Amino acid sequence: MTHQFPSLSPEQKKELSDIAQRIVAPGKGILAADESTGTMGKRLEKIKVENSEENRRYFRDLLFSTDPSISNCVGGIIFFHETLYQKSDSGKFFPQVIKEKGIVVGIKVDKGTAVLNGTDEETTTQGLDGLSERCAQYKKDGCDFAKWRCVLKISDSCPTSVAIAENANVLARYASICQQNGLVPIVEPEILPDGTHDLLRCQYVTEKVLAAVYKALSDHHVYLEGTLLKPNMVTAGQSCAKKFTPQEVAMATVTALRRTVPASVPGICFLSGGQSEEEASLNLNAINQVPLNRPWKLSFSYGRALQASALAAWQGKTANKAAAQEAFCSRAKINGLASKGEYKASGSADQASMKSLFSASYIY
Amino acid sequence: MTHQSPTLSEAQKRELHETALRIVSPGKGILAADESVGSMAKRLAQVGVENTEENRRQYRQILFSADDRVSGYIGGIILFHETLYQNSDAGIPFVKMIRDRGILVGIKVDKGVVPLAGTFGETTTQGLDGLSDRCAQYKKDGAVFAKWRCVLKVSETNPSTLAITENANVLARYSSICQQHGIVPIIEPEILPDGDHDLKRSQYITEKVLTAVYKAMSDHHVYLEGTLLKPNMVTSGHSCSTKYGPEEVAMATVTALRRTVPPAVTGVAFLSGGQSEEEATVHLNAINNCPLAKPWILSFSFGRALQASALRAWRGHKENEKGATEQFIKKAEANSLASQGKYTGGDNNYTDAGQRSYGSCYAY
Repeated sequence: MTHQFPSLSPEQKKELSDIAQRIVAPGKGILAADESTGTMGKRLEKIKVENSEENRRYFRDLLFSTDPSISNCVGGIIFFHETLYQKSDSGKFFPQVIKEKGIVVGIKVDKGTAVLNGTDEETTTQGLDGLSERCAQYKKDGCDFAKWRCVLKISDSCPTSVAIAENANVLARYASICQQNGLVPIVEPEILPDGTHDLLRCQYVTEKVLAAVYKALSDHHVYLEGTLLKPNMVTAGQSCAKKFTPQEVAMATVTALRRTVPASVPGICFLSGGQSEEEASLNLNAINQVPLNRPWKLSFSYGRALQASALAAWQGKTANKAAAQEAFCSRAKINGLASKGEYKASGSADQASMKSLFSASYIY
Repeated sequence: MTHQSPTLSEAQKRELHETALRIVSPGKGILAADESVGSMAKRLAQVGVENTEENRRQYRQILFSADDRVSGYIGGIILFHETLYQNSDAGIPFVKMIRDRGILVGIKVDKGVVPLAGTFGETTTQGLDGLSDRCAQYKKDGAVFAKWRCVLKVSETNPSTLAITENANVLARYSSICQQHGIVPIIEPEILPDGDHDLKRSQYITEKVLTAVYKAMSDHHVYLEGTLLKPNMVTSGHSCSTKYGPEEVAMATVTALRRTVPPAVTGVAFLSGGQSEEEATVHLNAINNCPLAKPWILSFSFGRALQASALRAWRGHKENEKGATEQFIKKAEANSLASQGKYTGGDNNYTDAGQRSYGSCYAY
């Protein structure tokens, strides 16, 4: 612990830092298009579309071939392995299509959750075996960042110390390996919104989880300036009787992050979890208006919250392609504005009056 | 770990946070006048003065009778227990003199270092026994903040994991107890400058130590907004053959803090360690001009670096008192400017923006 064996050269650090900065450049966020085959099955089933490889390719193509202006609000796109090697209708590989728009290509590298024995079905995430070689290959194939999702849940007994420690550790191992191969690791410790817990409980758990994550990253000598965080926003559980406003969600979220995330982390891109498209945008917008010092970019890494309308518009029919792309672009622009705190939902009050809804409460 | 038992009410949090803000309000720092009887012996011996209670009282009087000018430079003064109950020649309690100048009173509450068996000369700090009752009494007697010093050293084998975790833990226990009594804890994990290690090594160790400190704070449910940090600046060891400029010290220091100190911490007030008055001021100034984003106030908590000239001017002679006080005020003013990045003394002039080069951040 007392001597440093440098893990990265200054050149490697600069490369990682530059990639991270590009992804969260002002007004930009991430499109999480990395749904596994099984998860895509659930999405496609909702619009009665068969979960075939061609249909998955077609839908991703629909998103990626959207108007180039999309790069004003999308800094990075996360791919699933299969998608990385598929081609657009134009015959170009998807990574190339994305890079030509000036968007950074990312890849989901975890291999799903595995149960922690002796717990109430808490999990860790697997995928470390051979990860270094896989990262080297992904870098050659056009990726510059990666994503790994860990999952925690809130209940009367959860999350337990072992779940917190184990997931923090595996995230740190993944991050360390990615950086050795020139990939910026997105660190995702998702705390599920399922449950009846209130906002304060979620905030408390989020603070404990994130403190453990950054301790583990330090222990594993991860270069924070070359990472991004993808956390849940702090919200009440989905079955909580009490409802909270976007301003309350924002204060609780920013407070939790200020207490745990070092300023050297360049960007925090929230997951949307079970939120609707509009909810996710309103909350992100409120987060970017909180009157507290926020030294990191606060942006989005949305899957459903960027794609739901597009999927609904598409319905599996080629005739609907343009409408679906329009829906996607619209959501992307809205979230781009929200990442700057400039989103004005129609019918909502202006920024000045929105700010007054923030109480300088110390209860957080 | 999964349920929160609230430690502080909203009103208690507000009180702690506002106290912390007042101590390090813009342009202000801390005078560390809490030298123990043993430490005062060393200081007084250097100017040929006998270490009696009366001489210690006379000396502190010189500092506390500084005129209104200090109100703009000093936000808080840390006292040793004995001093808290002493009066001026005119019979005015020191506590009242300090408070009348709009300065907050702090108290050193630790009881010195003790060895950690099985280590190479490492220590922890004692003083937790009955600390709660002592804090309650100090609060009644006028103190609103406290200080506790832990010490770590750098060598081939040090600091060990045990020393880091033990000191981090005891700092967290102390902090937790203070906050229960409305006292803002100043957290001081000093890494001594003794040794021949270079700047990089010092930075590395500082990062590891501070990460452990803030993990412990989280584990012990300490309210970060109601704390202050008193760390060493990141400098090479005293016997290091390489010399580093103020910008290098600044980059290494600010980088280390950005990677470890949560933005929620209200302020960082550096200790001066073995630095001369001028060195400490120049370094603080460079730190405040460092081009990296700094979400906390960066100020001073100096002992020797504020008092050395005053002590030498006094030499125990009553007729030198006014001159000695003037020396102290001058140093306070210099550091007030440095805490705003506006110090132009010595050969360091930052009025020409961009004249000093801080170099690449990727080397840190």
